[in-house]
Amino acid sequence: MSAQDKRDTTELVQSSLQRRYAREKRFRFFGLAAITASLTFLAVLLITITLRGLPAFKQTFIQLDITLDAKTLGTDENPDTDALRKANYNGTIKNSLLALFPDVKKRADKKRLYKLVSNGAQYDLQRKVMADPSLIGETFTIWLPVGDDTNGYIQGNIDTTLPEKKRRFKDNQVQWVETLKENNQIERRFNYTFFERGDSREPEMAGIKGSLFGSMLTLTVTLLLSFPVAVATAIYLEEFAPKNRWTDIIEVNINNLAAVPSIVFGLLGLAIFINFFNLPRSAPIVGGLVLSLMTLPTIIISARAALKSVPPSIRDAALGVGASKLQVVFHHVLPLAMPGILTGTIIGMAQALGETAPLLMIGMVAFIVDVPTSLTDPATVLPVQIYQWADLPEKGFVEKTSAAIMVLLAFLIMMNAVAVYLRRKFERKW
Amino acid sequence: MKARNVSLAIAALTTSVATTLLSGNALAQSTRDQISIVGSSTVYPFATVVAERFGQTTKFKTPKIESTGSGGGMKLFCNGVGVEHPDITNSSRRIKKGEYDNCQANGVTDIIEVLIGFDGITLANSVESDQIELTTKDIFLALAKEVPNPNGEEGLIDNPYEKWSDVNPELPELDIEVIGPPPTSGTRDAFVELAMEGGCKKIESIAALADTDKDTFKEVCHTIREDGVFIEAGENDNLIVQKLEANPDALGIFGFSFLEQNSDLVQPSYIDGFEPTFESISDGSYPVSRPLYFYAKKAHIGVIPGIEEYLLEFSSEGAWGEEGYLADKGMIPLDEETRTTSAASIAKFETLVLE
Repeated sequence: MSAQDKRDTTELVQSSLQRRYAREKRFRFFGLAAITASLTFLAVLLITITLRGLPAFKQTFIQLDITLDAKTLGTDENPDTDALRKANYNGTIKNSLLALFPDVKKRADKKRLYKLVSNGAQYDLQRKVMADPSLIGETFTIWLPVGDDTNGYIQGNIDTTLPEKKRRFKDNQVQWVETLKENNQIERRFNYTFFERGDSREPEMAGIKGSLFGSMLTLTVTLLLSFPVAVATAIYLEEFAPKNRWTDIIEVNINNLAAVPSIVFGLLGLAIFINFFNLPRSAPIVGGLVLSLMTLPTIIISARAALKSVPPSIRDAALGVGASKLQVVFHHVLPLAMPGILTGTIIGMAQALGETAPLLMIGMVAFIVDVPTSLTDPATVLPVQIYQWADLPEKGFVEKTSAAIMVLLAFLIMMNAVAVYLRRKFERKW
Repeated sequence: MKARNVSLAIAALTTSVATTLLSGNALAQSTRDQISIVGSSTVYPFATVVAERFGQTTKFKTPKIESTGSGGGMKLFCNGVGVEHPDITNSSRRIKKGEYDNCQANGVTDIIEVLIGFDGITLANSVESDQIELTTKDIFLALAKEVPNPNGEEGLIDNPYEKWSDVNPELPELDIEVIGPPPTSGTRDAFVELAMEGGCKKIESIAALADTDKDTFKEVCHTIREDGVFIEAGENDNLIVQKLEANPDALGIFGFSFLEQNSDLVQPSYIDGFEPTFESISDGSYPVSRPLYFYAKKAHIGVIPGIEEYLLEFSSEGAWGEEGYLADKGMIPLDEETRTTSAASIAKFETLVLE
């Protein structure tokens, strides 16, 4: 190589150097821009949901003096349970409102006045009286939840500068509420209802307990079914199965199943579990079965990857000191692969927690008021509850929807945090 | 030691799975003490209110209501008699002859039909713009895929209208932009059938087709343009309201109860001279409203506890009356006479016969 050539190469390198640096800079910039963009979207999403959802954790109550006279209730002095259940509690609430504002005479105004108190408040009263029937004939003070519009007004969602015709909350209602506020008869409290009750058509009475329990029951079934089956499949395929065409076909199929749209599993569940095995519709057991079909491939694939990443030297050493194949797998390989398997399982479960499409087919997209207690009780799950609330006209459900999303996100973050923790704790490097 | 624990844990899990699977058959349904309701998502917001009340004020469990759509619900309902089949299906249209025949073929012979009220479908825009007065003819001309040639020649051409003022000089000079539900939605079906077809019939050249060539008539009247003027926004009516708020020039199509709840954000357009109100929908002068029904299986009365009481609760004046709680939720009540006669026929469990 002559001196001339040498100088040329250096020049060549030097001249391209700038371009190469620029390229790297550009790449870094794009990467950074991508991350910033996604973080911004995430932040916007989380902030809007939190801002919308936060008010739902508080509820407005109104203080009323209720007189439970048998005449208004439409019962006799010592009513039986059925009569107590049917009694006209709404009438007593209306009377007590009229007693507060005796000037209200017109029918339309009366109707507006009654709307201050929630439609569901009568059932709070009903529960109280049914627990203690001796209250009949007494007068007592009670805090009852306010109606949806009133709650919206107190939270400042209603623009009172708009002309009255365009508002759902009218001038006289504003006046009444302001009077009540001055008398300290209106209070904001923590919304226990939201965590203690099932679904309702009154936003102020709706809670997520029903769907939360439904999700838990469903996920328990999913976990109990998919985890052992998936781990057993992975161990067999990875450690014992001969490598031939059959195992290849099985492998391809498992990978394909992981990519099947989830609604297909719902259709399968409808055909097999409900139509063939006659299991009840809307039951967590069927939901769990369907979701475990969906999560199985995810767990199998991650379990196989985890088993594969255990170095062969571990197996050789164990075999070398006389362990049987089974002992090698269960005493050495599986424990070392466990963190990876658990991570895969938790991610699969988190996926199942957020799933709605397959549940539509098996009847879990439903209005269910009672909190499910067994695997065959009708139930719905958290994401379905969110979907249903988002579809209802009442304004109060907007904040309830966001609040339910917050709860669902909290669960997902918790599950993913557990996955990260397990991986950190048990991870081994060779 | 650790390895032993892990394998023990796995063994325990597997056993529990085995028991779950084995007990699976034992879980098969033989009795049910809860009413099972399926059907229309339009009736859902009303039926759920009744169900909740029913659960609170009687000794029976709160009915379970699945929102499957009218067609899907009818299919489930007509599958047969027995605890594994639903007791009641909600519908935002009357049962079709084919569905009725299917029901009969599967042994669901005695069906109680209940007309519960009406649901108005509204065209609305943001309160920031002016209220618009439309006719069904304007709606058809603005939204149909093919319209009569505006220069008077015979035959249909692809919809050329871009502004409302092109359709009808009295309308504002605004781009036509309508946000509505997709074809899978019952609201869309009803809108097409009532508003579009209603306008279609007012155009002589097309109306003449109704007698001679029914298929073409339907196709022309029921096909909405696909050039981006009509925007499909998904089944969620709340979403449409939000979009109108963001875009004051657009009109949106949604149910009357959403209009009521959002009167601070949106205002209805007049259609054929009428604004959608309780009165105008109830007496039929507002042209775009649809009937709401539910169908109950007579064979299940006495087998599943509470059906009879549910029917009575639904048809009580406190529920479906003019001052009832369903009206509070935005359902348009039937007139008093119809209510009285149908409540009487429900109490007698009169069944439906379709010829």
